[in-house]
Amino acid sequence: MGTIEVEGLAVDFPLYHGNARSLKKTMVAAASGRLGQDSQMRVVVQALRDISFTLKSGDRLGLVGGNGAGKTTLLRALAGIYEPVRGRVRVEGRLNALLDPNLGMNPDLTGRENIMLRGLYSGLSRRRVQRLEEDVEDFANLGEFIDLPVRIYSSGMVVRLGFALATAIRPQILLMDEWFLAGDFVFMQKARARVETMVRGAEILVLSTHQHGTVTDWCTRAFWMDHGRIREDGRPARVLEQYLGHPVEPQAETLLPA
Amino acid sequence: MTAALQPGNVAEAHASHAAATPFQASHDEAVMEFVAGLPLAGRHRLAVDDLREGLRLRRLFATLGWLDIKMRYRGSMLGPFWLTLSTAVMVGALGVLYSTLFRMNLHEYLPFLALSLVLWNFLSALVGDSCICFTAAEGMIRSIRMPYFLYAGQVIVRNFLVLAHNVVVIVVVYLIFSIWPGLRAVLAVPALLLWVVDAFAVAILLGTFCARFRDIPPIVGSIMQIAFFVSPIIWKPELIQHHARWLPLNPFFSLLEIVRGPLLGEFPSWEIWAASLFYSALLCGTAWALFVRVRGRLAFWV
Repeated sequence: MGTIEVEGLAVDFPLYHGNARSLKKTMVAAASGRLGQDSQMRVVVQALRDISFTLKSGDRLGLVGGNGAGKTTLLRALAGIYEPVRGRVRVEGRLNALLDPNLGMNPDLTGRENIMLRGLYSGLSRRRVQRLEEDVEDFANLGEFIDLPVRIYSSGMVVRLGFALATAIRPQILLMDEWFLAGDFVFMQKARARVETMVRGAEILVLSTHQHGTVTDWCTRAFWMDHGRIREDGRPARVLEQYLGHPVEPQAETLLPA
Repeated sequence: MTAALQPGNVAEAHASHAAATPFQASHDEAVMEFVAGLPLAGRHRLAVDDLREGLRLRRLFATLGWLDIKMRYRGSMLGPFWLTLSTAVMVGALGVLYSTLFRMNLHEYLPFLALSLVLWNFLSALVGDSCICFTAAEGMIRSIRMPYFLYAGQVIVRNFLVLAHNVVVIVVVYLIFSIWPGLRAVLAVPALLLWVVDAFAVAILLGTFCARFRDIPPIVGSIMQIAFFVSPIIWKPELIQHHARWLPLNPFFSLLEIVRGPLLGEFPSWEIWAASLFYSALLCGTAWALFVRVRGRLAFWV
């Protein structure tokens, strides 16, 4: 039985480095009025504030909100990557977080080596790594390229390999960032069926996306994230209506036709 | 809905709750729990979990370390033996130069130099790599929860593999001068084991510090440069005569000597071993204290 319990979660990003990337973050944060200072007077970005919710088996949560609203940070906090500054996160169940399309993929290694590495990262036994290899080979359909470095793959091949790897391991709890729905691959019938199986197989889904149709189709609950807080929590249609300021039209071209 | 809990209350509630905190890799009944403001014992437990999970994933970090080497030399004819070759050239050149400068018999000096240089190159590369231990793994750290000891293990495996390739140089020099260190060489084995433990401590300590303060790597580089000249690596300890008894105060010397001595057929004095154990304890203690304290913040720093 999968469950996610979050109580009073807060996450702050410390701003330490004076490089361009941090400066950019600082400006974005300053513009959105979220610069604060922690107890040691360091400048921090308050990425998440007062987040509390509980998800049980069968719940499908969609996160909507503007850029920098804290959607990805919340996914990372649920995946245990960012540990809370305040509050508590408890996740029960096998978890797969699809946050980075090329997670751990090394362009200098061959496709086969990348598959083996992913298997090891996921703690699979030797035999299951072999099954993973067969599964990914079959889906990504790379032919002889499987034994060549990923660097020389066409972009379509890289996407297929990344997608096949990400979806090969079926979790109880699936955390998914929007990149996953943004790629060209969703237009392939085969890929669509694969995502569908994985989403249906997961007990809990947490999805961050800008595609509102996906939220209404896939999710049973939605959060409107704004400035690191949950601004609205409720049924997807209602939350989206608040967020967009108008009712959502049922979309013809969505991932999972209901 | 947003009932903010006091950190203190949460910590107490957590203390009575014995939940395991496995990483994403664990596929058994998985419960992850993260509570802010944990007391020291709680933080310590998480650090122990990290260490235990990291060591459990040794097949993964061994593969990662091995692939690093393989990747660096993919497509080159000699592969990682380029390392051996460049070390051999360096040992040969420095050997002839310094044996002339110091007026030393090549037969006596070259084996010493070969051994010292290979071991020092290992230490210095390990320290340099440790600085980028976590920053180089930024992409992974931000997309999947993995024990930090995994990345430390990768750095260590990679550097020990390079060392293994360079050992060929030592063997060749020993064969040329038909030197046999004798049974005492076995004493290098416990010393190397101590090195492995220290290597984890160095990777965790420097990896963490360098993730937080980006100015540390150049400073570490300068320190290693100075250490190279003030430690008896290209010069023999006997050269400074009666001052030699102060040498164990140099941590680099002590730690180097416990491996080098036995391989040169010498028996390291108990002072050298005591000093090495003392420095190692200090190093491991500092690294662990730091890791327990800041482990949860590392993902924000890289």
